[in-house]
Amino acid sequence: MEVKGEIYRVSGPVVTAIGINARMYDVVKVGDDGLMGEVIGIESEKTIIQVYEDTSSVKPGEPVIDTGMPLSVELGPGLLESIYDGIQRPLPVLVEKMGDFIQRGVSASGLDHDKKWAFKPLVNKGEKVSGGDILGSVQETENIEHRILVPPLVSGVIDEIDAGTFTVDDVIGQLSDGTELKLMHYWPVRLPRPVTEKLRPTIPLITGQRIFDGLFPLAKGGTAAIPGPFGSGKTVMQQQLAKWSDAEIVVYIGCGERGNEMADVLNEFPLLEDPKTGRPLMERTVLIANTSNMPVAAREASVYTGITIAEYYRDMGYDVSLMADSTSRWAEAMREISSRLEEMPGEEGYPAYLAAKLAEFYERAGRARALCGRDGSVTVIGAVSPPGGDFSEPVTQNTLRIVKVFWALDAKLAQRRHFPAINWLTSYSLYGRVFDEWYEKNISPEWTKLRGDAMNLLQVEAELQDIVQLVGSDALPEDQQLTLEVARMVREYFLQQNAYHEVDSYCPMKNQYKMLKAILTWGEKAVAALESGVPVADILSLESKDTLAKVRFEADLDAALDTVMKKADLEFAGLRGE
Amino acid sequence: MTKEYKTIRDVSGPLIFVEKTEPVGYAELVNVTLDDGSVKRGQVLDTSKDMVVVQIFEGTGGLNRGSGVRFTGETIKLPVSQDMLGRILSGSGEPLDGGPRIVPEDRWDITGAAINPYSRNPPAEFIQTGISTIDGMNTLVRGQKLPIFSGSGLPHNEIALQIARQAKVLGAEEEFSVVFAAMGITNEEAQHFMHDFERTGALERAVVFMNLADDPAVERLITPRLALTAAEYLAYEHDMHVLVILTDITNYCEALRQMGAAREEVPGRRGYPGYMYTDLASNYERAGVIKGRKGSVTQFSILSMPGDDITHPIPDLSGYITEGQIVISRELHMKGIYPPVNVLPSLSRLMNSGIGPGRTREDHKAVSDQLYAAYAEGKDLRGLVAIVGKEALSERDRKFLEFADLFEDRFVRQGMEEDRSIEETLDLGWELLSSLPEAQLTRIDNKFIEKYHPAHRGKARGEAPPRESTGDAEAEATAE
Ligand SMILES: Nc1ncnc2c1ncn2[C@@H]1O[C@H](COP(=O)(O)OP(=O)(O)O)[C@@H](O)[C@H]1O
Ligand SMILES: [Mg+2]
Repeated sequence: MEVKGEIYRVSGPVVTAIGINARMYDVVKVGDDGLMGEVIGIESEKTIIQVYEDTSSVKPGEPVIDTGMPLSVELGPGLLESIYDGIQRPLPVLVEKMGDFIQRGVSASGLDHDKKWAFKPLVNKGEKVSGGDILGSVQETENIEHRILVPPLVSGVIDEIDAGTFTVDDVIGQLSDGTELKLMHYWPVRLPRPVTEKLRPTIPLITGQRIFDGLFPLAKGGTAAIPGPFGSGKTVMQQQLAKWSDAEIVVYIGCGERGNEMADVLNEFPLLEDPKTGRPLMERTVLIANTSNMPVAAREASVYTGITIAEYYRDMGYDVSLMADSTSRWAEAMREISSRLEEMPGEEGYPAYLAAKLAEFYERAGRARALCGRDGSVTVIGAVSPPGGDFSEPVTQNTLRIVKVFWALDAKLAQRRHFPAINWLTSYSLYGRVFDEWYEKNISPEWTKLRGDAMNLLQVEAELQDIVQLVGSDALPEDQQLTLEVARMVREYFLQQNAYHEVDSYCPMKNQYKMLKAILTWGEKAVAALESGVPVADILSLESKDTLAKVRFEADLDAALDTVMKKADLEFAGLRGE
Repeated sequence: MTKEYKTIRDVSGPLIFVEKTEPVGYAELVNVTLDDGSVKRGQVLDTSKDMVVVQIFEGTGGLNRGSGVRFTGETIKLPVSQDMLGRILSGSGEPLDGGPRIVPEDRWDITGAAINPYSRNPPAEFIQTGISTIDGMNTLVRGQKLPIFSGSGLPHNEIALQIARQAKVLGAEEEFSVVFAAMGITNEEAQHFMHDFERTGALERAVVFMNLADDPAVERLITPRLALTAAEYLAYEHDMHVLVILTDITNYCEALRQMGAAREEVPGRRGYPGYMYTDLASNYERAGVIKGRKGSVTQFSILSMPGDDITHPIPDLSGYITEGQIVISRELHMKGIYPPVNVLPSLSRLMNSGIGPGRTREDHKAVSDQLYAAYAEGKDLRGLVAIVGKEALSERDRKFLEFADLFEDRFVRQGMEEDRSIEETLDLGWELLSSLPEAQLTRIDNKFIEKYHPAHRGKARGEAPPRESTGDAEAEATAE
């Protein structure tokens, strides 16, 4: 039953209505064009609405209709390979309906309601099912089986369930109380989807990025923030994670950022292969693009749309990773809306509830036992764009209080094209030792030690650099000069990684281990040579050292390492022989 | 619907508050008639049953309670036509050149709807500007938004003009059309641009919008929108490749701040409105290439950083939106180097898609990365030399120190009329890099070293190896 009210006031994306009695977060249709909005405040007889579309020309007196439904997404097969705006409208459909520029007053559903899917049931008549249980499956893309779930709040006994090809609106079965079952269901975006229990994250998310996997690893189901000034590499790193991390499903949210960056992802992802399955990356990806020039209220909603989709795949038992670029733009959207509401501002004009909203969002990450009994995870990686690159600002600070991994981008490194420009001294991962066992089993028993040695070396280098700044490097004793050089090798040959190089862009964890081991082994040989009296200058001019610099570009890493280490053995033997 | 109201209740700065109106649409265009019959224009900022708030573009001087307010019932539109080319218009779109009014082919909303990201074609066509620091290390592509971050008294205008003169897409015939919008710059500066446009004949394919320093500040809020609407019209209706030069973004932002203050909004950082990011984005994002359309809009705007501070909200928020920035350095300018581009904080985010085999040259990326790394290292060493002296440096470090000088003197420095081809730029890069020990070129694949390094090139062709590097350049005690 629809209740009609009318507009009292329009101020940008915020519209005040009278004559409706909507609930908080209900969706309303605003004005003659039926623009989509959401109730965000109720003040005596006035209802405050944020509108997801441009409000130009909208007048007081125009109608407002309460739909009685909270802002929800459609969850079912067909999400993968989609690109949506912040409120799950497929962008290709919007192009069809209104051309190359985003006009307003057009609605479009998140899923394709005409497409038919072959459904295979996994439950039988008479079986008791409850919320989140798997009813059957649909092959969504070549490698992803879409498990059709009982909507979380529904339960009962199966009265009928059919195999066949269905659209998402077709009835695929029925519970004994008459509840119809379909391939899709709705879920309100602001409400976390329930799980049986949250589990401790113990498995690393392998990203193929040496500085992440090697020094500051993230867990499947963990949370990470990647703050940095403009041009330091937030987007490139987020995209690297979306491309190469070993999640099964990726949700990528372009929140208030550039249109061309999204176009780039759209162009590139169908052409790139998932290193695990060999299938196009797009087949495991959902994109959400609410760029900086699209309506701010929809930008605010975009992170919720994204995380709800991520949770849905977790509920099927998948490892999902979600990237939000950038959470600062989301926070700014909250600030814009809040200031239109004339709310009491907190720090730097952000609403006082900023910290709470950030915490609630990251809290939706995690590894969990889903209602269906399978384990799944949602890993959340948020880019943060601090004004002036100053990490003391509220969004960075409130984020750091929550996340477990901090990848600090550094403008200084970016300026000298040291990429990824992650500062190895200030970044951290609180997952530290949690993965030791996993590494031992899956990579090498030596890995933990190598990694510790590398971290240590970088720390020592930083201390020595302070001295060099005062006296110059030639004034250091020879063993310290050597330490500096090996640390430089770790930085330049291992930590640096070129996202645009076809080989270097993705480095499997086993290769990371081999590379680091080779560099540190070279370092040990060098120390031994120095101790046996070889001058440091001779050691540093060995060709094998320079060759090591470029093994990361070699498609056949084993062969390259083999050659270079043999050469190193010969060269060091030669040095001692003199 | 052109009822006239004489119900202005308050006037406050650039705002008027009108009561007892019939329903008025948000963002509508408003005409206000003064006692003397003159008309001022404004736009609705807030509309409710009780009160309508209007910002007046030409300022509120001369307004009183009796002024007549008419709501036009539509948003602000620009009459567009191909005949705009060659014309000089005011900051609100009226002819300033004594020519006839533009006979519109159409009227376009100046707000400009957002391009659906799905309709965008990622920009990838290399624009050769003839300036080495840009082409070689911060490559501009068609459809990009790449501003110049400069400071007062620096030669940004010369650089912008040099680019407007020299910009070309290799192999393409059409020249760029130019849409130039002055926002709050001085008459003298504006003349400088106009003179150059006339001298080179560029004016015939240019549309000029002029809001000068003594024009009302509020008008500046619409000037860039008019300019971008004209650009989109020419690009998407008439298949032109348009280069938009907006100057100075900083004056635009000051107008925005002034507006925010007048509305008594809660200010964001340093008094600028909290929505400045979104507002700037609504202009900057109006650049690009659209699938299936021939034309394109490239933005090359000028922004002067208050106090040369790149962390100031204006350059900061801009840098977060634009696809890179070309940073002008006062230090290089003082050294007498033109164009004084500091490559280290400069960036072109779209460079990677515009360069490489088939676009520029296969070694482009590697050469650029190596030049960056080597120059950064050399510059760091300058700081060290200032403390410990050159003698304390190792042989290797001395080479890098010298490289930094060489780089500034030969790669960065070039003439105002000097138009270097990309080949010349890359070869120059190699020549400078060859002053470093070859083993130090760790950013470059061996296959490129063998093919392009002067030492190897020389061998391959049986020529004499190139001479050693230029030797001891005077150590300049310029720290930083
Ligand atoms: N890992 C990387 N490898 C190579 N280049 C990189 C890498 N990370 C960043 N860059 C360079 O830095 C530029 C800016 O990175 P971007 O991610 O867009 O920055 P941000 O999102 O922080 O503003 C990119 O255009 C690219 O040239
Ligand atoms: Mg970015």
